[in-house]
Amino acid sequence: MELFTKSSQDMARLRYLYSRAGFGATPAELAEASHKSLRKAVRQLFKDSEAITDLQVVTPDQNETKKQLKGMFQNGQLDRNMLKERIRENAEKVRDLNLQWLDHMATGKAALREKMALFWHGHFACRTQGRNPLFMQQYANVVRQNALGRFGDLLMAVSKSPAMLQFLNNQQNRKNAPNENFAREVMELFTLGRGNYSEHDIKEAARALTGWQFTPEGQFIFRQQVHDDGEKTIFGKTGNFNGDDVIAMLLENRQTARFITAKLYRFFVNETEDARRIDELADQFYKSGYDIAGLMETIFNADWFYDVKNMGAHIKSPVELLAGIRHTLGVQFEQPQSQVFVQRTLGQILFYPPNVAGWPGGKNWIDSSSLLFRMQLPGFILKSAEVTVQPKDEGDINAQQLARKGGNRFQTKVDWASFESAFAKTPDADLTDAIASTLLPFPLRPEQRSVVEHPIKPSQSRSERIHTLTAALMSLPEYQLT
Amino acid sequence: MNRRNFLKQSAFTTAGTMLIPHFLKAYEAQMLGQRLASNGKILVVVQLSGGNDGLNTVVPYRNDIYYRERPTIAIRPEKVLTLNDEIGLHPSMTPLKALYDEGLVTVINNVGYPNPDRSHFRSMDIWQTASDSDKYLRTGWVGRYLDAACAGKAQQPFRTIEVDDTLSLAMKGAELNGLAVLDPKKLYSQTRSGLVTGLNKEHKANTQEPESVAYLYKTLAETVSSAEYVYDKAKVYTTTASYPTTELGNRLKVVSQLIQSDVATSVYYVSISGFDTHINQPGQQERLLGQYAEAVAAFMNDLKATNRQNDVLLMTFSEFGRRVKQNASNGTDHGTANNVFLIGGGLPSKRVLNEAPNLNKLDEGDLRYSIDFRQIYATLLRDYLGADDVAILGRKFDGVKIV
Repeated sequence: MELFTKSSQDMARLRYLYSRAGFGATPAELAEASHKSLRKAVRQLFKDSEAITDLQVVTPDQNETKKQLKGMFQNGQLDRNMLKERIRENAEKVRDLNLQWLDHMATGKAALREKMALFWHGHFACRTQGRNPLFMQQYANVVRQNALGRFGDLLMAVSKSPAMLQFLNNQQNRKNAPNENFAREVMELFTLGRGNYSEHDIKEAARALTGWQFTPEGQFIFRQQVHDDGEKTIFGKTGNFNGDDVIAMLLENRQTARFITAKLYRFFVNETEDARRIDELADQFYKSGYDIAGLMETIFNADWFYDVKNMGAHIKSPVELLAGIRHTLGVQFEQPQSQVFVQRTLGQILFYPPNVAGWPGGKNWIDSSSLLFRMQLPGFILKSAEVTVQPKDEGDINAQQLARKGGNRFQTKVDWASFESAFAKTPDADLTDAIASTLLPFPLRPEQRSVVEHPIKPSQSRSERIHTLTAALMSLPEYQLT
Repeated sequence: MNRRNFLKQSAFTTAGTMLIPHFLKAYEAQMLGQRLASNGKILVVVQLSGGNDGLNTVVPYRNDIYYRERPTIAIRPEKVLTLNDEIGLHPSMTPLKALYDEGLVTVINNVGYPNPDRSHFRSMDIWQTASDSDKYLRTGWVGRYLDAACAGKAQQPFRTIEVDDTLSLAMKGAELNGLAVLDPKKLYSQTRSGLVTGLNKEHKANTQEPESVAYLYKTLAETVSSAEYVYDKAKVYTTTASYPTTELGNRLKVVSQLIQSDVATSVYYVSISGFDTHINQPGQQERLLGQYAEAVAAFMNDLKATNRQNDVLLMTFSEFGRRVKQNASNGTDHGTANNVFLIGGGLPSKRVLNEAPNLNKLDEGDLRYSIDFRQIYATLLRDYLGADDVAILGRKFDGVKIV
C-alpha cells in the first residue's frame, strides 16, 4: 500500500475530512482515498452513509416501563426483588444501546451518518426517563434515520418521539393544565434560539401542543380530548393551531435555518463563527427546504473548510475520541462496558446528556483531570496500563448499574496487522512522521518528535516500534484535536 | 485585595493564553501563601448526592403529621438528638450534635429554589451552577468565584480544589477551572510520566500557535505545576488526628492536610453519594448520616486542635429533600426543599437559623422552600470569602444572617 503518493497537504486535508465528517480514518482508508479527488472522497462518504441499520436491544413487546413495573409490583405480580431486577435490566439495556451505537460509530461504514446523529443527539438532547430502553432506542433510530435528511422531518420525528415527549413533559401538557416545557425548548434550543420569540408565543404554542402524547408501547398519539381547541396567536398569526402547525411555523421562520446552520458550523467547522459564511449557508439551507445532506456537502467541498485556521481547531468530544481510537486501530473491548467507564470519566455518556441544552463542547471538555485521563487513555487501551481513576457516582440509585467498570485494566484486541501494513514501505527514519500524519492535525515539531521517540529501545522490532510510537502520538495533546 | 497587589497582579494580565510554565512558576512564587480570600477564610463544600432525606436528618419530632405520613420510617421522638422544642438530629449523628453543643453548627431549614426540579441530574446542575430552574449554565458557582477572584491573571487551578478524580460542574468557570485531586501524591505521579514532563518542558508557546493547541498546553502546564505545588506543600504537614476510614473520612483528611500545610486554596469541594433511598431507607440513611457526622467531627476536631476552626467553614447540602409521605417500599421519593448545615467558620454560637418545615403547607406533598440556596451562596461569597457575589451569581440575592 502506498500511503504517500499524494502531497502531504492533500493527505492532511483527507485526514481532516475523515476526522470531521466521521471518526477518523485508518491509514489504509487514507491510502485508498488518496487515489481520488477530494470531491470524490466527499461523495463517497455520503454514499457510504446511505444505508442504515437500526440499533436494537429490545423489541416493543419486551418493553416494560418503570411505571408499568411499579404497577405490577403494587398488584402483586412482582415481588420487591423481581422489581429491582427488572429495573436493573432496563438500565442495562440502555447501556447496551449506548455500546451498540458506539460500535456503529467506531466500526461501521456509515461514519458520516453516525457523526451527524451524534451531533443531533447533542442538539435534541434527551435523557432516558425511567430507564426506558425502548423509548431511547426509538429516539436514537429516529435521529440516525433522519440525520442526513430534511431538518423538518427530523424535527417532527424527534418531537413526536415518546422519549422526547416524556423528557419535556408534554404528557402533562393538557387543556386547562398547560405545561410549557416542550414549547419553550422547541423554540429556545431546537429551532429559533433565545431572543427570537416571546413568552406569549411559548404560552400559545404550548396550548397548540396539547394532546401530543404517547402510549406505554411507544406510539405517538394525538389525544383530542386533552387538546386545546381554542384560537391561539403565535408569531402574530391567529388560528386554531395544533402541534404540526407550530412545527411548520418554526420551519417557515428563516431564523431556524440560521440557528441550525450556526450550530452545525460550530461543531463541524470552527467554534468561532464566521457570520458571513453562516448567512450564506443558512440561505442555501432554507432555500433547499432544509436539506441537511446538501448543506453538509457544500461545507465539506468548500475551500474555506480546509483553511489552516479550521484544521485542528476542534476539540474531540469523549465519544469522538473513543470511537476514533477504536476506528483507527480496529480496537475491540473484551468487556464493552469499560467504554461506559471512559465516557463517564470524561463527561459524555450517550443517552445521558447533562441537560436539555446538550453537551457544551469545545474547551468545556478539557480540565486538568480530563486532559490527563485523555493523555493516558491510549495506554489503558493499547497497553493495558493500570487505570487508577474512578468517576463519580451519579446521585441516582438506578444509574449506579452503569458505574461498574471492567476491572482496573481494559482487555482489548487491537488490529495491529492492518495498521502496520500501511507503513510497510515507509523507511525507518520516516516512520514517526508517517504515523503522525495519519493521526494528528499538525506536523510534529522537532522537540515533540524526540519526546515521542524517547521510549523506543534499539532492541525493539519494527512492529513494537510502531506500537510504541502510535500509543505515544495518540497521547499527545494534539491528538485531542481534529 | 489591596490596590498595590491589584496593580502588581494586573501586570501579568497581558500574557493571556500565552503562559508558559516558568512564567507560572514566577507568578506562583509571588503568590505563595496568599489566598484568594483576602481574609484567609476557607470554605469546604460537602455534597450529599442522591437527595438526602432532610426530614429524617433534622427531625420534626413534635409534629403529628410527620409521624402520620411516615408510619414505619419516622424517627421515634425519644431517639432524636434534640436541638430545640421542635427539631432534632437523626440518632446516628451524635458527633454532629456534640459539635452543635459546642456552638459550631448552624442548621438552615427549608432551603430550595423556585420551580424545583425533582430529577437528580437536573437539580444537581441547578445547585452546582446556581442557575434558575429554567436556565442552563455551563459554568459552576465555584468556577465563577475562581474566574472573578483571578480575573485576568494566570490560571491557578489549585485555588479551588475538588477532592476527587474528576471535576464537577460546580468547579468549572468560564475562564478558569478548579483542580481535581483525590490524592496529591497520585496526581503528582500522573504528571511525572516522561511524556507529560517532556511535552511540558519542551513546549514553547508562540504567537502562530492555534488557540486550541495553546489552550491544551496551557492546561497541561497548569496541571503539572499545580500538582507539583500541592504535592510539595502537602508533604510538609501530616495530620496526626484520627479519621474514620470511610470515603468521606479519607477525603476530609486530605482537605485538612492541605489546609494545615497552608496550600493557598480557598474552596474545597467533596461529595459522597448513596442518598437515593427509594427502598429500605432507614438502615442506609443511618449508615450514611453516621459516616457523615463522624467524618465531619473528626475534621472539625482536627482543625480545633490546631486552632483553625474559625478559618474554615463547612457547608453541607443535597440536591433535594424527599417527599414528606413515605412510599410503599419503606423509602421515600424525590422531593424539594431541604436543610443545609454550616459548621465552624467562627459562626455565632449554636443555633437553628429559621423556622422548622411547615407540614401543613405542602406543595403537592412536598415542602415549600423559604430560603433560596443562592441566598446562602451569596452570603458565603460576600460576607465570608469577601468576593463579588453579584458578579458570580449574576444578580443580587438577599443574604441570610449567618456570618
